[in-house]
Formats: sequence, C-alpha cells, structure tokens
Amino acid sequence: MTAKSVVNAAGREVPLILNGQPVVSFKGVGKHRPGGNKYGPPVPVSYDYPEDGNKVVGSLEEALRKCGLSDGMTISTHHHLRDGDLVSNKVFELASAMGVKDLVWFPSASFPCNDEIITYLDDGTINRIEGSMNGPLGRYVSEGKMKGTAVLRSHGGRVQAIQDGEVKIDIAVLAAPSADAFGNAKGTGGPSSCGVLGYARADYMYASRVIVVTDNIVDFPCFPMEIEGNYVDYVVVVDKIGIPEKIVSGTTRITKSPDRLLIAELTTAFLDKSGILKDGITMQAGAGGTSLAIAVFVHEMLKERKWKARLGFGGSTRYMVQMLEEGQMDYILDAQAFDLDAVASAEKNRNHIPYPVFNAYNYHSKGNLTSMMDIMILGATEVDVNFNGNVVTHSDGYLLHGIGGWQNCLHARNVILPLPLFRDRIPVIVDEVTTLCGPGELIDVIITERGIAINPRRKDLLERVKDSGLPLKTIEELKEEAERICGKPSRPVFTDDIVAAVKWVDGTVIDVIRRLK
Amino acid sequence: MESSIAKAGNSGPKIRSDCEIILELKESGGIVIDLTSRVESLYGESIRDLATEILSFYGINNASVRIIDSGALPFVIAARTEAAVKQLLPSDLEYLPDFYERNRYPVIRDRVRFARLYLPGNNPSLMINAGLHGAEGIILDLEDSVAPDRKDEARILVRNALRQVDFYGAERMVRINQGELGQKDLKAILPHNVNLILIPKCENAGQVNNIDLEIQAISRSLNLPEKVYLMPIIENAVGVENAYEIATSSKNIVAMAIGLEDYTADLGVQRTREGKESFYARTRIISAAKAAGLQPIDSVFSDVSDMEGLKANVSESRSLGFEGMGCIHPRQIKVIRQGYAPDENEIEKSKKVVLAFNEAREKGLGVVALGSKMIDPPVVARAQRTIDLALSLGMLKPGWEKNTTLPEE
Repeated sequence: MTAKSVVNAAGREVPLILNGQPVVSFKGVGKHRPGGNKYGPPVPVSYDYPEDGNKVVGSLEEALRKCGLSDGMTISTHHHLRDGDLVSNKVFELASAMGVKDLVWFPSASFPCNDEIITYLDDGTINRIEGSMNGPLGRYVSEGKMKGTAVLRSHGGRVQAIQDGEVKIDIAVLAAPSADAFGNAKGTGGPSSCGVLGYARADYMYASRVIVVTDNIVDFPCFPMEIEGNYVDYVVVVDKIGIPEKIVSGTTRITKSPDRLLIAELTTAFLDKSGILKDGITMQAGAGGTSLAIAVFVHEMLKERKWKARLGFGGSTRYMVQMLEEGQMDYILDAQAFDLDAVASAEKNRNHIPYPVFNAYNYHSKGNLTSMMDIMILGATEVDVNFNGNVVTHSDGYLLHGIGGWQNCLHARNVILPLPLFRDRIPVIVDEVTTLCGPGELIDVIITERGIAINPRRKDLLERVKDSGLPLKTIEELKEEAERICGKPSRPVFTDDIVAAVKWVDGTVIDVIRRLK
Repeated sequence: MESSIAKAGNSGPKIRSDCEIILELKESGGIVIDLTSRVESLYGESIRDLATEILSFYGINNASVRIIDSGALPFVIAARTEAAVKQLLPSDLEYLPDFYERNRYPVIRDRVRFARLYLPGNNPSLMINAGLHGAEGIILDLEDSVAPDRKDEARILVRNALRQVDFYGAERMVRINQGELGQKDLKAILPHNVNLILIPKCENAGQVNNIDLEIQAISRSLNLPEKVYLMPIIENAVGVENAYEIATSSKNIVAMAIGLEDYTADLGVQRTREGKESFYARTRIISAAKAAGLQPIDSVFSDVSDMEGLKANVSESRSLGFEGMGCIHPRQIKVIRQGYAPDENEIEKSKKVVLAFNEAREKGLGVVALGSKMIDPPVVARAQRTIDLALSLGMLKPGWEKNTTLPEE
C-alpha cells in the first residue's frame, strides 16, 4: 500500500499524505515559505491555578489524569537526562496501565534507555514516534513493526513543527533537575543535574498542558529558570528522575585511534591553511572522539597565535570548557552539557550561557545562530558524490540514528565533515546516499584519512588551499579508492512500504525510509 | 586418521577487519557456506563467491565452510581461506589476489629511513591504514609478533597484503624468520615487490650471505625486476662483536639495526631508560655501520604512551649517530621523524658552508673559508649531507642556492 506520492526537488519519491495528514514535499533550500500566524496553545486563566502558587500533585499518574490523558494524544519529553532518563518510559508505563491507546511520542531525542518503549509500541499504547530512533528502536521501525509512520526531524525542525501547528503537543512531561512548586525549573542542582535544559522551551511554551517532574524541589523561585512556571500546569516530585552516571559521561575523551587522530590533524591543518581559522572565530564541534581531538588541536593553535574564539556553541565538553577557562574562548553558548566538567562550568561560569535551540536552530526564528558560525564540524553515516549527506540510516538500510541538530548546522559558513573513508569495510563515500538528510549544496568539505574533497561549489576554498600541500582529491576519487579497498557493496533491498519520513528544517519531506525486505 | 577440520584467522568481540574460516572437507553435498558477518547485507554475496572460487581453485567441490567475518577485506578473506585449505591439502598453488599496480615501485639505496613501522604479520586491521602515517618504511613482521602455530597463515596474509594494500610509497619491508622458516618466507613474499628484508638476530656474515644467495636465486629464477636490500638486526653480544664483518658482508645491505630487548636479555641485564648498559653496543653498531657506508638504525622505544620520553630518546639517539628508529605505534612516527630531521639552524649553517665551498671551487681556490674562518673538508661533507637530507625531506627547495647570500667578508 503506497500513499499518493511525488518526486521532490531533491529527486526523492515522497508521499503527499503522512499519518493521515497532508504534507509538503521538499522544494529546495529556503524555498518553502508558509504564511499565516504561528500556532498558539489554548488560552489559560490564571484564576484556575492555586493562589499560593503550589502546583504540586501527588503523582505523575495523577498529573496525567488531571491533564486529561486520552487516546491519540501527543506527548512530548526532552532528552536532557540522556541515557539516564527515568521519566519518559514511566509516562508510557502509566498510560499503558491506564489503557490509553494510540499516543504519539514526540521526544527531542531518544537513547538506549528508551528501548523499553518497544513494549508500549507493541501493546498499542503508542502509535508512532516523531523524533529520533536509535539502535533497537530504529531497527523496530525499519522492520515495519511500528503502527504509524515515524517522522524524523532535526532539533530546529522540531521547533518549526510546533510553531507551524504541524505537531500539537497535548501534554509535555518535562523532567527537571531542580524546580519550585510553581513550576519554575532549571537544569542544574540536585542529584540529577544535567547542566542546561535547552531543548524544553518550545515544549513548555506551546503544549496545551505542561507537567514538570523533579527530584529536587526548591523554594520559590527556582532561579535562573529555564522553564517558566507561568507555563506549567502541574509539578510532580519523585524519588529519582535519572541515573546520574548515565546522564552525563563522567568525562568525554579525545580519540586514541591513530587513524582518527590523523583525520583530526588533517582537519586542523585544513582550517589553518584555508584561512578559516582566525582570531575571533565562532565554532561548533560535537562530542565524538574525532571532533574533540579537533577542538584540542584548534585550542593549541589559538594559544600559539594568541588568538581567541569569540564563541563556541555547545553541546559543551571539558575541551570547550578548557578553552573558556584558559582564555582562548570568550563565551560558550550552550544547549546541552556532555560531561561533568561542562555541567560544572555551566553552573559556575558567567560566560557559559544556556542558549536554547529554540533560538539557535529554528526555521521560523528571525535569523539563526548556525548561519553565523565560521566552523562547523559534523559527522555522517554516508556522503555521496554530490556531497549529499545521510545521518539516519546505515548503508544496509537500517534506521539507526536521529538527525539531532545536524540539518540545522549545515547552514554554517564552513561545514566540514571529518569522516573515515570506510568503517569495517563499509564505504562512507558512496554513489548515492541511502537516505537523504542534507542537500550537498550545504556541505563544503569532506576530510578523510586518505584525502580531502572540497565541494566544487566552494571555489573560494579550492583556490585558497590549492598550493597548500594538503592531500586534495575529488569526491569521486575518494569514492573509487574506498571501492578499490572494500569492493563495491550491494544496495539494500527495500519494499514499497514507508516506515519513516525525514523532514527538512522547514517541515517539508526531503526523503523517506522504506521497510527492508 | 588426521583431523579433517582446519581453522584459520581470528574472530571474537575485539577482532576487526579479520575473519575466521573453519573448513571441513566432505565426500558429497557440494560447498555449503555458513556465513556470519556484520556486513552480510552489503558483502554477503561477494564473501560467499570469493570463498567458493578459492575452494574450486584448489579442486575442492564438497566442503562445509563456516565464515565468521568481522569486516575483513577481500585480501584477508582470501588469505584465511587459502590457509585453511592448505592445512588439509598441502599445495604449492597460490591463490593470488590482483596486484595493485601502484604497489610496484623501487626504492633508492640511500633513501631516508628515519621511521619504519612494525606491523604484526597476522593482524590485518593494523595493515590497512599503516601507510597513511608518514613512516618511510613499513615492516610486515613474520618473526616475533607471530605465534609459532600461525606462521603459515601469516605468510599468506603478508603476501596478499603486499599485493593489495596501498602503503602510499613507504619502503616495503618484511622481517623474516630465522633458518628454514625464513627460506619459506622469502619464497612466498619476494615475488610481490618487497624492497627490503630485515634479518633478525644476525650474528655473523654467513647468515647474511645465505639469505643474500637465496634472494639472488629466487630473483633470477623469477626474473624479478627490482633490487632487494638488506637490513641485519643485531640482537646479541656475538652480533655486536661481529658488527663490522656483518656490515660488510653484502653490497645489498643498506642499513644495520640494533635490537636492545634481546641484547640486554643476552647480557642478563635490565634495559634502562638511560641505556648505560647498551652504550657500547650502540656506538659499536654505529661505528661499524658508518665504516661500511650504511645507515645505523636504533632500537624501538616501547612505551607508546610516553611521547616526551620518546622525544628525549630520539634526541640522544641522533646525537650518537643513529639515523632512524623502529616504531611500534603510528603516533610515534611524527616524533621520530622530527627528531632525526635536521633543524632550521643546522640547515642555515650548512647552506653557508656549501655555498662557500662551491664559490671556492669555482674560483679554483684550494681552501674554503667562511668569513675569516677556514673550513675543513669533513665539515663541508657533513654540511652537504645535511643539505641533501633537507632537500629530500622537502625542507629545502631545489635551486635554494640562488636565494641564499654569503655573509660579507
């Protein structure tokens, strides 16, 4: 059974109806311009809330009942407690016990701890997930076991979907490391501190009902609040919202692999010789081992030249914190803290500033932080000869990752993907990506251990490094080298059934994932 | 009756880029392949086809084959399958994967040999990216890093690696075993463009001569186009005492190395960071090598996490006269190469000496002077060596003479 479909501007066949709702197909970068006004949640009346400001109720179940939890509702959660999250699963355990069916789970991301959600997909409590699906959850989707069709969005696309009214959150259940009885909440303090709550803003502002769940209730006001109590319906106090050692990795570490370090060195040399690295730069790098090594090498270079980065955009790590503390970075703007040093820095350093993705990544924002970044270091599972990128499926066709902020970050001035040419015999550079997540026009440079390929659109970069001595190759040459070493892989065989849709940052459908044969 | 089940290769949770083949010959039933692989959906068919082709190459039509694959590249799968077959059906036939044409290159006798990276001969995962890290040489080791019961399969793997793995211009070296095993090694690997053979535990000229003759015989019979150089490794007291005899035993020797783990064991002493116990051996090797016109090469530094220690070690090694060192981890390469390369100060000084020499020669002067200082011929020779090295390392560009001026007299 295939819904009516169309070939979109990226050449991908996509449906016109998704989960019973009409959807717009991808038209090209920056082309989709929906008119009208932003969606607004129902109007509350302050008289309906306790005069003493105490919104604490006895249990999460009571809060869900008071919010009117019923069949078909959309429930949102955030992922700041990462793999230590004890709240998201609990919501659906309760819903299942209450006999509620066909819910839509709208998380900002999921983690291995959420594999338990499969139970509630199996028993019909949840119809589908609109968010990220990793590991076993992704496999479950790829095998066509989920009732509804999954929808994958970037962090910014999630905010866009909320503001467009494409996703109407009925109940947002927001875990908070500290909160007061009125509902003001923040990411620091208490036993489950996660640093910042950068992903929760759209949820609390736009959901019809908001429940804050905490294990650290403090006297009013919980300050500085990242969730404002004026948007909150109920506060629930529980023993534990998370498992601390799984919320943040004790410490993030740079890679020890000599091959990955070589890629990091090449990337740093490229940043230097292309002139991208300069005094006052703005930069973002992830928490993967190679990205961290690049951050360390860049830090050394800044120090040597007495340069400074104006700002680093987090996910923050100890390595970014070192730059801040040693004077090679003025500010960290942070949406999430990846390790204990970053959490501690967010708590104590005035120049380590929480900065929600709501502002940084959103298509309906009046400008984005990402387009102001000089250096953007990103990963990918596959890149094709047209520089198109895939971050959600592997070459074998299985959905295994969420998009995260990846699509949003593609709008930076220099988008650089340091990647191994192949992983365990699987080429990373291919003829055509299995799933299109980001159009090649936004991806500037691929840096592998066997050479650097610059997007021919970036004539300026090509010109600047042509005599640098760097190992420059065309993307086709890199692809051929990977195939010479690994052999040409077979393509996965899919059925016609669509199991997931991949949204572009503007809410249009850029590609779909089909069920594996 | 002998066992009819053969096993080759490796599998397990920590194994990458390798596979294990368990082969059992049967009377009937055709070839039955049971494959477990992380890359099944992408390469399952090609893995099965390759295994089937190799079995048929050896005339095997009935067998059950269990392949536990951890992302092995085709040259590894082929080597493991061939090794398993040969355990059951000894044969001189070789299943040779294509020779990657870029792998056929000669090297010059006096090329720089600052860093050469040891690769255990039965560990394919370390071979694949070995050539990327800038070492002047890569050593596929068949000797100490390979367990005695794995020598046969390692030899096949190394042979296939020489044919298929791109080492990006590094000098292609193999360390062979001693004695009869070493002869088997030579026969198997020489036809696949080996640039240099390392002779371990070398004690006397006779050993070198035997190997040299063996290489000449194989090269003649197969009409091999390229020269094969030799690097003896001195690893005990007898070898040290015979250092000059060894160094001058063959014109194909280009360098002579010392192995200090075995040497100190032979003396019955601990190898220390300061290295007083091996000072005599090291300087003896250097002197013998220089006297014979060879590059003296230092022993490996075994603490791969101690980069500062390595740096100090290289600095001392260079000051004694060594011109290179073995590496056991790719991260050591950069430190070693930087340590043995001349620094800018040395290059600047050498430029002036060489220019003054050239000028004196042009003017037909018998003595070379820089300013008011006379320069002796050995100083000129050393400066010329530094300049040659700087040129070959790209630290100087050809034609540098035009951009350098002599100081005013």
